[in-house]
Amino acid sequence: MFTNQLSLVIWAPIVAGLLVLATGGDQRANLARWLAVAGALIGFLLSLPLFTGFDNLNGGMQFEEVKPWIASFGIQYHLGVDGISMLFVILNSFTTLMVVLAGWQVIQKRPAQYMAAFLIMSGLINGAFAALDAILFYVFFEGMLIPMYLIIGVWGGPRRVYASFKFFLYTLLGSLLMLVALIYLYFQAGKTFDIQAFQAIAKIPLNVQILLFIAFFLSFAVKVPMWPVHTWLPDAHVEAPTGGSMVLAAITLKIGAYGFLRFALPILPDAARELSWIMVALSLVAVVYIGLVALVQTDMKKLVAYSSISHMGFVTLGLFMFTGSHLNQWAVEGALVQMVSHGFVSAGMFFCIGVMYDRVHSRNIADYGGVANKMPIFAAFMMLFAMANSGLPATSGFAGEFMVIMGAVQVNFWYAALAATTLIFGAAYTLWMYKRVIFGEVSNHHVEEMADVNKREFLVLAVLAIAVLGMGLYPQGFVEKMHLSVNDLIAHVAQTKL
Amino acid sequence: MNWADLNLMPALPELFMSVAILVILMLDAFISDAKRGLHYGLALLTLAGCAVLQVQSYSAVPVHTFSGMFVSDALSSLVKLAMYGSTAMVLVYSRQYIADRGLLRGEFFSLALFALLGMNIMVSASHFLSLYMGLELLSLSLYSLIALQRDEVKATEAAMKYFVLGALASGLLLYGISMIYGATGTLDLALVAKAIKLHTANDMLLVFGLVFIVAGLCFKLGTVPFHMWVPDVYQGSATAVTLMVGAAPKLAAFVFVLRILVQGMEAMVADWQAMLALVAVLSMAIGNITAIAQTNIKRMLAYSTISHMGFLLLGLLAGTPDGYAAALFYSLIYVLMSMVSFGILLGLSRAGFECETLDDLKGLNSRNSWYALLMLLTMFSMAGVPPLAGFYAKFAVIKAIVDIHLYWLAIIAVMMSLIGAFYYLRVVKNIYFDEAQDTSAIVMRADMKLVLSINAVALLVLGMLPERVIELCVQAMKQSLTVI
Repeated sequence: MFTNQLSLVIWAPIVAGLLVLATGGDQRANLARWLAVAGALIGFLLSLPLFTGFDNLNGGMQFEEVKPWIASFGIQYHLGVDGISMLFVILNSFTTLMVVLAGWQVIQKRPAQYMAAFLIMSGLINGAFAALDAILFYVFFEGMLIPMYLIIGVWGGPRRVYASFKFFLYTLLGSLLMLVALIYLYFQAGKTFDIQAFQAIAKIPLNVQILLFIAFFLSFAVKVPMWPVHTWLPDAHVEAPTGGSMVLAAITLKIGAYGFLRFALPILPDAARELSWIMVALSLVAVVYIGLVALVQTDMKKLVAYSSISHMGFVTLGLFMFTGSHLNQWAVEGALVQMVSHGFVSAGMFFCIGVMYDRVHSRNIADYGGVANKMPIFAAFMMLFAMANSGLPATSGFAGEFMVIMGAVQVNFWYAALAATTLIFGAAYTLWMYKRVIFGEVSNHHVEEMADVNKREFLVLAVLAIAVLGMGLYPQGFVEKMHLSVNDLIAHVAQTKL
Repeated sequence: MNWADLNLMPALPELFMSVAILVILMLDAFISDAKRGLHYGLALLTLAGCAVLQVQSYSAVPVHTFSGMFVSDALSSLVKLAMYGSTAMVLVYSRQYIADRGLLRGEFFSLALFALLGMNIMVSASHFLSLYMGLELLSLSLYSLIALQRDEVKATEAAMKYFVLGALASGLLLYGISMIYGATGTLDLALVAKAIKLHTANDMLLVFGLVFIVAGLCFKLGTVPFHMWVPDVYQGSATAVTLMVGAAPKLAAFVFVLRILVQGMEAMVADWQAMLALVAVLSMAIGNITAIAQTNIKRMLAYSTISHMGFLLLGLLAGTPDGYAAALFYSLIYVLMSMVSFGILLGLSRAGFECETLDDLKGLNSRNSWYALLMLLTMFSMAGVPPLAGFYAKFAVIKAIVDIHLYWLAIIAVMMSLIGAFYYLRVVKNIYFDEAQDTSAIVMRADMKLVLSINAVALLVLGMLPERVIELCVQAMKQSLTVI
């Protein structure tokens, strides 16, 4: 539509966020809210041409923009998306719209700052997905910590200070080491920070590759998060406001996995092959062990948080399925589908918990029971998300998991067998929670007073539900966009740099 | 020396400043206390005049004068302009604060300008004698500025400590210089450099001299293990004076170090590189870790300064033009950041109340969200989080040391900035997450509000478009260092 579509997708929400911030204090809260919705909607609409105008037959970068930025450091303002990153830009713009709607009434404390933080973060996240210059990526990648830190710390629960510090410092730890790795690659690639130039470096010795891989691993594994560096996530999720949890689960976790795809795998293919068994092992631990941990949670948000870690384990598993020097196509595409699907499902789950929390002010499973009697419409929606979370066929949750398991079987039967346990554990913890919260007799007077969803909540739930079902019934629509880009990635990873 | 050959042009801004200071001093005797605002205006006018003269007298190649004792080059011009700017900002930020505390006197302005004159001489010196003269003019002015609050026990203590330790450091420096003189037979930086390069000097004596000089320089920069004075001076001085000690003098001290170590003794890079690496690591570690334990924000910023100076040394010790440019860029950004942080403290203080503990910042967001945002930008910039200017400062320095393959140093540096992030985050936490304890209205003069806003927003703008300033630093280094 526009020649600089990606720039618009990045900067429109940020500018909207600044405008929202400028509305100032709480007396103009409604203006701030409407402005935020307008900004988020414009951001989403601007991102749509990326999907419709995308050339499926081109595995390379599209919508590219290159401008000089900091020439003295070899840094360019270089944007572009392929079939992988394009999906996440849209997913992010979509989630931001949902989040703004979700926080409409719930956030009464400084709504302008709340909405502005989300809009600015949305722009930064789009930037991280669209950046093709390593430092530009880093700027967006790190920059998004600032709004997220404030979101958790200002609008979060009782232990918000602890959670926000943990979130910030954990993620900073990883990314700082990555920065050193990026600077090292800058000198190797002939004084440029262009990611494609990084990928084209012909020779990197294996021991260097492994060190660099560790640096990238620390940065991205913390973000994903992979076991054992996942401990920040339950804290951050539990303390974050509903919108914060939605964005965290739906988007920011994906940046970690995306980082592996964009940096670690193509730049360091030999190290990735060499260390893939560790990645697989850690992923399987996340899938099985964290799945069991989720089973014993008494806090709904914590339960969904652990389930996110377990689902992301599936993603990292899919990304590191090597047969010889080749990545498995099914597994990689499955991982990507799983990432997008998890974006919708986890946003839906967290929103459902938020809806209940707003009424009862508790996240404990034990404080609920028989919600279906009072909130039938809500219960139906939550049923759908719970089913999707446990991977029921015809929901988006199934498509991704199925593809990853299919890929894993081709690589190693036992990987697939262990990974498939998630279908049991996932169903167990999700549906058991659903049963205890929604079904049965009305358990106490708080539940007695619960009113069913209002129009705004209905809108958010319905849109998310359509996305979950749509993707489950017709995953091909997404897969065909990413197909050639994935082929490209696999071909790239198959080359050795030794 | 032949008077007819004396070229005064390169030193025109300094001459103008000296005259202006004398005028301000004289006026002081003739006007009543009520009209002290006049001094404020005159001081600002002086700075503006200096800046204009500085730009006018700029020449594309370095010009030496006063028998080679004084040089005007791109580096000195750039740094001097930055110092005029920062001194002007200090005056704007301090105006109300010093008026509330009875410090709005002629001495304040003349001492501040004398300090600036000293810095100018340090920055433009190309001879050990003029270097030392500038340094002493700066130091003596600062000692007296701190002691200006003579009824304040803490301020007098700070002045005393600074004076005694400063004198010791000057002694070390002089001792080192005398050894260099003994070895090379000259005090002219260019000739010293030549003598070292040609190995005509006694190496043993040179290395000994270097050790003393580095010790003296580290003291002036406030790096570990010569950092003890920094927290006490920062905390004890009136906040306006702290800002004066903490901002522009760091720039001057950096150029001072650059002139001696790079222009004078670059051939001994292997020797001073190792010393500075140790000092840098210790400064980053002790500065950042100790800052965590502070409850007084001035003291916390003092430790943060120590760690920033450690970071700055990393660029210097890289020993490459890129590294020097990175360190120069770092020092410019550092000055911008410290201006805002102390500026906010000055703005939050009022008659009878000093904003100096971390608790005093609590709930600033609910009291005034604009100042809260400015402080947020500054803290994240100090922590080196993009897209703020502080990130590129750290980035440039780390890039310079990765370039010379000192990977371990780069990793230590980033780990230390991780530790540092904690206490900057705590300031943001107090501002945004906590409830206000003190809900009194914040009153700032309009000019201060404007300058402070521009100052802080500049951190964000430079964070997004840093190219111009970086390029300026690179060019300045290129022009100033190639000639020697």
